[in-house]
Amino acid sequence: MLKYVLTRLLTFLPTFIGVTLISFGFIRALPGDPIIVMAGERGISEERYAELVAQFGFDKPLTVQFWDYLKGVLQGDLGTSFVTKKPVWDEFFALFPATLELSLCAMIFAIVLGLPAGVIAAVNRGKLFDRALMSTALIGYSMPIFWWALLLIIVFSGQLHWTPVSGRIDLIYYFPNPTGFMIYDAIASGQDGALWSALRHLILPTIVLGTIPLAVIARQTRSAMLEVLGEDYIRTARAKGLPPARVNGIHALRNAMIPVITVIGLSVGTLLAGAILTETIFSWPGIGKWMVDSIFRRDYPVVQGGLLLTAVMVMIVNFIVDILYGVINPKIRKR
Amino acid sequence: MIDLAQSPARPSALAEFWFYFRENRGAVIGLWVFGAFLLIALLAPWIAPHDPTMQYREHILQPPVWQDGGSWAFPLGTDPVGRDMLSRLMVGARFSFFVGIVVVAVASTGGIIIGLLSGFMPRWLDTIIIRLMDIILAFPSLLLALVLVAVLGPSLVNAMIAIAIVLQPHYVRLTRASVLAERQKDYVTSARVAGAGTLRLMFVTVLPNCMAPIIVQAALSFSTAILDAAALGFLNMGAQPPTPEWGTMLAESREFIQRAWWVVTFPGIAILVTVLAINLMGDGLRDALDPKLKRS
Repeated sequence: MLKYVLTRLLTFLPTFIGVTLISFGFIRALPGDPIIVMAGERGISEERYAELVAQFGFDKPLTVQFWDYLKGVLQGDLGTSFVTKKPVWDEFFALFPATLELSLCAMIFAIVLGLPAGVIAAVNRGKLFDRALMSTALIGYSMPIFWWALLLIIVFSGQLHWTPVSGRIDLIYYFPNPTGFMIYDAIASGQDGALWSALRHLILPTIVLGTIPLAVIARQTRSAMLEVLGEDYIRTARAKGLPPARVNGIHALRNAMIPVITVIGLSVGTLLAGAILTETIFSWPGIGKWMVDSIFRRDYPVVQGGLLLTAVMVMIVNFIVDILYGVINPKIRKR
Repeated sequence: MIDLAQSPARPSALAEFWFYFRENRGAVIGLWVFGAFLLIALLAPWIAPHDPTMQYREHILQPPVWQDGGSWAFPLGTDPVGRDMLSRLMVGARFSFFVGIVVVAVASTGGIIIGLLSGFMPRWLDTIIIRLMDIILAFPSLLLALVLVAVLGPSLVNAMIAIAIVLQPHYVRLTRASVLAERQKDYVTSARVAGAGTLRLMFVTVLPNCMAPIIVQAALSFSTAILDAAALGFLNMGAQPPTPEWGTMLAESREFIQRAWWVVTFPGIAILVTVLAINLMGDGLRDALDPKLKRS
């Protein structure tokens, strides 16, 4: 097992360096002088220009620049935002809980609905329920989520006034020492209605972000279950006279879970990409909105740092999924 | 000489494909819808009732024909500056298909060539290529596309380049995996023994036998390309106004969602129906081309 973890780790390192190289190259690939571009129409004084050239190290050779950058990255120094003047690292981890909370809720939403739906569809293969469910799943999978978000806002916020349109909580609530996880903060503060407000803000973004993973999980669970249900050991279990719920729910589902877990792991990248759109539409103060805003503000140190940190997050999750996969399925470890 | 392909015992590959494809009713529906959209995209300049950029200032935000205040002059209503929705949607179909075709062509050609190289070249080169693809795949696709567009400057062409770059690693991995599986087989060995060069082995011997999963991937990435281009348009990073691209149309009309449902609803339906039709076809293609799933 240790050997397996180490070999996975060995492939992790070159990818990490490559990812660093891409985010390093990003500012340098911009057409024109990046400092002038960042300054935009306001222009920039000569002292400030010289200061920034020194700060980015543009006066040194490229290899030295990259080495300095890599050293900075490993020490958690990703430069400072051009707009807020705060360190990029601090900004990222201040906003990350918002994205994490939303992504976790979306994932839970997708798993809680998608797994049983896939199992029921597989058990009732070819029947009306199966067909209706799989058509719905394909629609969900094809959904332009930015449009789906607008539709939900029109119906639930505009017509029914059930949910707020944007933000994470009503402005009347204030938490002195927030962790950034709004549900936890709301409960911990003990203020009346705070939790309710947080949940109401969370529901539409959760549905929007969870729609595609939900569809993917339902489809994948169904096909994995269908494959497993054809196996001999299932027939044996049935022949032994075990109740169908036990055969389907325990014998079959356990083995069907392996490909499903992979899909869940792979959805993390999808979630982060989806978070860009979802957060922008719902003004959700997380990483996705921060990145989009920074691109528009030409706040390139933020774009650079955010790009790197997001990729590293995805890599870490994929690494964990790989390890988990090895734990669940010993055959993989031997390869 | 007797042409074996014509003997009644064995139907042609196309006929066999159609036989399996037809079994999947959803796929056939998808094909029809796709065909209809393709027709609209091709004929848009001639069948669109109005010029898509013409602003009818006296008909701003006119509702669709079946609602009070609607008229047959603008069957699906008009947008906030008085342009005909139907005409814009029809012309928008052209952009979506253009995006889909160009992205799939660029990403698959690049990906197939790199994947073939990776499968045939020495181990170290293969490792480098796979690592490079892993690096691209480590970034969430839409984020990488956004940043690439930020570097290249927002436009539809740059959005297409960015999406093609982001989608291309999937083709590399798919091609490489099938090449590695095919290379072990006897027919490749015998072709090599018969004196076929590496290039011939790559493109003539092995590639045709790797095409099935690649074709399915092409169908799926066609829809991904349309979705991503619309998403970039929606974030003002794709086609620029007044281009009637569906995502850009949605972005322009966002502030009117409470007042005029049609300016938001129709472009979204257009994206959804197109993507859905292509995904339905993709499912059918997979059933028809993947021998493992064939019910004999």
